[in-house]
Amino acid sequence: MENFSDDCETINFDQMPDENGHFGPYGGRFVSETLVYALDQLTSLYERLKDDPEFQAQIDYDLAHYVGRPSPLYFAERWTKNVGGAKIYLKREDLNHTGAHKINSAIGQALLAKYTGKKRVIAETGAGQHGVATATVAARLGLECHIFMGEEDIQRQSLNVYRMKLLGATVIPVSSGSRTLKDALNEALRDWVSNVDDTFYIIGTCCGPHPYPEIVRNFQSIMGREAREQSLAQTGNLPDALVACVGGGSNAIGLFHPFLKDQSVEMYGVEAGGFGVSTGKHAAPLNDGIPGVLHGNRTYLMEDENGQIIETHSISAGLDYPGVGPEHSWLKDLGRVNYVTVDDDEAMSAFYSLTQTEGIIPALETSHAIAYAEKLAASMGPDQMIIINLSGRGDKDILTVAEIDGISL
Amino acid sequence: MNRIAKCFERLSKENKKALISYIVLGDPMKHITLPLMHALVKSGSNIIELGIPFSDPTAEGPVIQRAHERALENGSNLGEALSLVKKFRESDTITPIILMGYTNPIERMGYDKFIELATTSEVDGVLTVDLPPEEAVTFNDKLKSSNIENIFLLAPTSSQLRQEKVTKMAGGFVYYVSLNGVTGAGNLEIDSVQKHVGNIQSLTKLPVCVGFGIKDGVTARAVADISNGVVVGSAIVKKIAELAETKEIDPAVYVDAVSRIISDIRSALDK
Repeated sequence: MENFSDDCETINFDQMPDENGHFGPYGGRFVSETLVYALDQLTSLYERLKDDPEFQAQIDYDLAHYVGRPSPLYFAERWTKNVGGAKIYLKREDLNHTGAHKINSAIGQALLAKYTGKKRVIAETGAGQHGVATATVAARLGLECHIFMGEEDIQRQSLNVYRMKLLGATVIPVSSGSRTLKDALNEALRDWVSNVDDTFYIIGTCCGPHPYPEIVRNFQSIMGREAREQSLAQTGNLPDALVACVGGGSNAIGLFHPFLKDQSVEMYGVEAGGFGVSTGKHAAPLNDGIPGVLHGNRTYLMEDENGQIIETHSISAGLDYPGVGPEHSWLKDLGRVNYVTVDDDEAMSAFYSLTQTEGIIPALETSHAIAYAEKLAASMGPDQMIIINLSGRGDKDILTVAEIDGISL
Repeated sequence: MNRIAKCFERLSKENKKALISYIVLGDPMKHITLPLMHALVKSGSNIIELGIPFSDPTAEGPVIQRAHERALENGSNLGEALSLVKKFRESDTITPIILMGYTNPIERMGYDKFIELATTSEVDGVLTVDLPPEEAVTFNDKLKSSNIENIFLLAPTSSQLRQEKVTKMAGGFVYYVSLNGVTGAGNLEIDSVQKHVGNIQSLTKLPVCVGFGIKDGVTARAVADISNGVVVGSAIVKKIAELAETKEIDPAVYVDAVSRIISDIRSALDK
């Protein structure tokens, strides 16, 4: 395969990151001193539990009986016919409890929180899916839950805000900076520094300081492991390509990681092209950014010539983030994953396309992956197969879409 | 000898404690910073920490966050900080200047270029909040061949092992963060500060100064009694914010107001 460089053949992807949380030059732990202790604690707790059969059994039980896993791998037959080309399969994370892949990691992290004995959890959220997932597991475990959310996101995701409140969480509006996901993460970090003794931070994506990118990836990799088995069982083959949207990148890394060693499987991470990459108003650091340091790790970022993080734009709140998980930066440099973009308009038209041909309303984030897969499938043969991570359902976006359509509900 | 070491030597001879004052470059307007720096010295500060504005200052409480935002609105940046220090040196060659900020602006400029410019401007120290020792190896090695000290933080949560590691790498002085929190937060627990500072002092010959949560003469004095000096930030920046609210543009007004705060703390320290 042309993108599979010599490096990739010798790398053991399961051994990454290294002990300091580095994926090549990316990742690491760029935090103020106060947090080092909490991160060390978390690292050793996770190291102790990750291969512990009892811990794993609890997670497996919760994923099966509470989340509803395994999620189906669904052949989108009618849509495939319409597109004309490779067979398109959907990994149905939208069918999970709470409606997105975020719960996979929230369940795991909440269980870690339980082991620490801390009684309060915090999280940042963009689209609100991670906030809802965290509020959900907090309700179930009886933990106090505070969710940080940018003011702009609170407006465009009001349904999820109300869901979090129903679940007993306190939603804290963040009014600093661009008032979106990036600033919610800043505020969560500040809260954590201030309450580190009794608070566990449940991070929403494969970003942040070590060990978070590794922990989130490992919890989310259930998607890729299932998809791999399901693909073999249903078709007898591995897929030819995987497609997933990338904001922070947790749904993408979770699908991709178990396939990284499979040289025949091509991978496409789809970033938010916003108004178009050439306009500068987008959220595509892997396509139009440079490496820098933000939120505890080194990764590709959207920044100006003075190293200030710049405001991003995407129609989907969950992709509206100037950074990306450090492992993605590394996979980009290795050439193992192709990172591409889809703009707002393309995502919207894919949203309608899938809704109307398959009766599945995807999240606007997911619609980016769908739009790219549509193009990709058309360029492939009917004997080939693509898996899209259908990372979340679009119920939360109905108000946004109605507004775009000029309809007031 | 680095200016920071000379400064502490001088203070020690005079039996005085260090007063380190923090302001943000370009807060609230570019023309305010230089007169303010001289005023900080005149009213009793021994060292100036010049905050480099950053879009995502995760260690700061609301008061200093807003200061970063005000400074970014007028386009203040790291390059300007370096030029400003050069200008400051035209009339003050004694007061140590420390640039305090976040990793990304320095990385964007490049470590080599930063060190070159900072050396030309006679910057004496750099404190990068989000660059702990594990990630600071390259930067620290490069700084070693300069006359710029790398200043590190220690916190109440820092283990004994960690205190040993940090003090080994630290230069200038050790900055002890008095509480688990962001700048401008909470109340000081003097007993806890005393215990930790004492332990750090047993590990290093470097002076140990305490910051976060020092609001006035009383808290400054209490902390100075058990350390080598205090860092005052939010209390100054809060006053600047009040004046910025009134759209004040006259540097003399800022100088007066901030000088009063510093003089009060200085006299409390010297009592």
